[in-house]
Amino acid sequence: MYTIVSKRLLAPRIYEMVVEAPRIARSAQPGQFLIVRTDKQGERIPLTICDYDRTRGTVTLVIQEIGISSKKICDMKEGEAFADVAGPLGRPSDLLEMPLEELRKQRILFVAGGVGTAPVYPQVKWLKEQGVEADVIIGAKTRDMFSYVEEMKSVGRVHLCTDDGSEGFHGMVTGLIDKLMEEGREFDRCIIIGPMIMMKFGSLTTKKYGIPTVVSLNALMVDGTGMCGACRVTVDGKTRFTCVEGPEFDGHLVDYDEAMRRQAMYKNNPKTNPETHTCTCHGN
Amino acid sequence: MAIKGNKIPRTPVREQNPQVRATNFEEVCLGYNAEEAMLEATRCLQCPRPRCVQACPVGINIPGFVGHLAEGDIKGAAEIIGLDSALPSVCGRVCPQETQCEGSCVLGIKSEPLAIGKLERFTGDWKIEHADEFEVPAATPTGKRVAVIGSGPAGLACAGDLARLGHEVTIFEALHKAGGVLVYGIPEFRLPKERIVAKEVEAVKRLGVKIETDVIVGRTMTIDGLLDEEGFDAVFIGSGAGLPRFMGIPGENLNGVFSANEMLTRANLMHAWDDSYDTPLYDARSIVVVGGGNVAMDAVRTAKRLGADASIVYRRSEAELPARVEEVHHAKEEGINFHMLTNPVRIIGDEQGKVIGMECVRMELGEPDESGRRSPREVPGSNFVIDCDEVIMALGTSPNPLIKDTTAGLDVTRRGCLVADEDGATTRPGIFAGGDAVTGAATVILAMGAGRRAAAAIDRYLKA
Repeated sequence: MYTIVSKRLLAPRIYEMVVEAPRIARSAQPGQFLIVRTDKQGERIPLTICDYDRTRGTVTLVIQEIGISSKKICDMKEGEAFADVAGPLGRPSDLLEMPLEELRKQRILFVAGGVGTAPVYPQVKWLKEQGVEADVIIGAKTRDMFSYVEEMKSVGRVHLCTDDGSEGFHGMVTGLIDKLMEEGREFDRCIIIGPMIMMKFGSLTTKKYGIPTVVSLNALMVDGTGMCGACRVTVDGKTRFTCVEGPEFDGHLVDYDEAMRRQAMYKNNPKTNPETHTCTCHGN
Repeated sequence: MAIKGNKIPRTPVREQNPQVRATNFEEVCLGYNAEEAMLEATRCLQCPRPRCVQACPVGINIPGFVGHLAEGDIKGAAEIIGLDSALPSVCGRVCPQETQCEGSCVLGIKSEPLAIGKLERFTGDWKIEHADEFEVPAATPTGKRVAVIGSGPAGLACAGDLARLGHEVTIFEALHKAGGVLVYGIPEFRLPKERIVAKEVEAVKRLGVKIETDVIVGRTMTIDGLLDEEGFDAVFIGSGAGLPRFMGIPGENLNGVFSANEMLTRANLMHAWDDSYDTPLYDARSIVVVGGGNVAMDAVRTAKRLGADASIVYRRSEAELPARVEEVHHAKEEGINFHMLTNPVRIIGDEQGKVIGMECVRMELGEPDESGRRSPREVPGSNFVIDCDEVIMALGTSPNPLIKDTTAGLDVTRRGCLVADEDGATTRPGIFAGGDAVTGAATVILAMGAGRRAAAAIDRYLKA
């Protein structure tokens, strides 16, 4: 079980893996995540579900190599198996609860960046299946860093932007939101998934235009099932648990500075910092 | 010849030296050997109307098993306990005996009570070591299938009994390892994982119970899915406590503030203290644990073993500490600081948002409240700061909403606990529940007892 059926490099240090997990594939919904553990010594790592195939019994994950544990995941090869894959976890996207007539009237803007692009895909794809074509802004530092663009183009209207202007709009996602608004576009709802800093400034931008905004938070977790409280975030002044009450929250009410600080909780910890990590358990 | 009423002092139990054990995760109490157990067993008066049995939440025939021990018949003792308890090695270690069996032992009036917990532990451990001498009862298959949610004490006990009655049982466990709180919550130094917990899980599997890990009922599938699509005839919910509680004081989301559940899960389930495992622990020199229950003691003693200066902050006095007496005693021996009649008012962080201290206020005890404990009140103007770089909140839990939110017709109490009767029957036919999911955070033995009562009720339901 949990065998990696296929693996490909999407962008530098960003990999896509299709993993056998029939029970999860059967019940996964857009917006949810799962927990993987590479081996007996591994951490429980939460990852957003990027796609699922109910008939093949597989789920698709996209992982960016950042620290020790994500590198360990990225080093796994096709044919190898995870020790554990548990999920789906978290609440499905709010879009799923909306009556179809209402949903079809919605003008929806997605804003995606970095490793957050892939998790946007199942939502855009699901909307397309319901007859709704959404706009999708994808931002990257430079053109080589894009991932999931072709997939996204097959299900939504894609707008690209790069920090260095090597492709699409020259600037950040916030600038591209401004540009779309200046062109007279109107949106009823915005969904932003990407690095915390992008979600923060993206939300500040949509707030300016009064567009209700949802963000998907990637907080640290241990069990992921509502037991440990590692994933708590402050939303509208109240403490919320990302794993059972999220991962999606009102983007205009999240305390991003606290969330970013909590995300970096183990930054200089000997176990998670690649420069000081000395363990030899996985032959690096 | 039965030996009883031997007027010797309570047989001392061997323990690891406090200075040594405060630096390792090995078990603190070494337990009795056969000779010590037999000697201690002879102290029992064999009361005709034993108060200890009444005080035991599952009514173990204590004079019965102790009598066998006194005669050197350990197997006979194990068989007697087995009639009422599925987890003697566990309960012998973690039950609050001083408020249950031992607390009502007649010997305790003039001298010290019989060491019932230690005798139960000895018997349970002997049974684990001699598992092959116990026949696995061959039950006639009933053709009925039961899904058990959660592999903690309630789930294991329920599954074991159902399997013995011939039902086909599958346990669904959300985490990657079976055992529930016995694995993620109670530390190794109090309850060895491989030597005891894994063996108890094995014993349940030997009865034919299947365990599927990594399955979160309410997410991976629903209870209705289990009944309608997967062909189960009944369901038992033993999903345990839930979301950790915090105080709601300023600074609780600073870096370095954790729930006891998180700290213990990292240490116990994820082996974070072991360098060969990847899960990190927050690096701290001075750790303060807020709370006075067993979980607080487990957290503070784990903190000590990680090399930190470790303290308890509790708002009432020592007499009100809800933890087992033995845990408090062990914690003191290991050099834990106790700040009694002290309550946190805010946690203080540095400019990077890391904990550097906790402001507290002194408390005094007023009139007894509904629980009979004297309620604490603040002493005005007594605020002071405890320097620390990690704060752990051990304040209990509130129920996990996952199952209730995904199962129609399942009533919950105002506090979010599942509604179930004495037999564990919920408000939906065929769905039973027991343990912390019903009672809120309680003890291993109460959960085990609830699991066993529900198993009997499920058996009646399936045969009706």
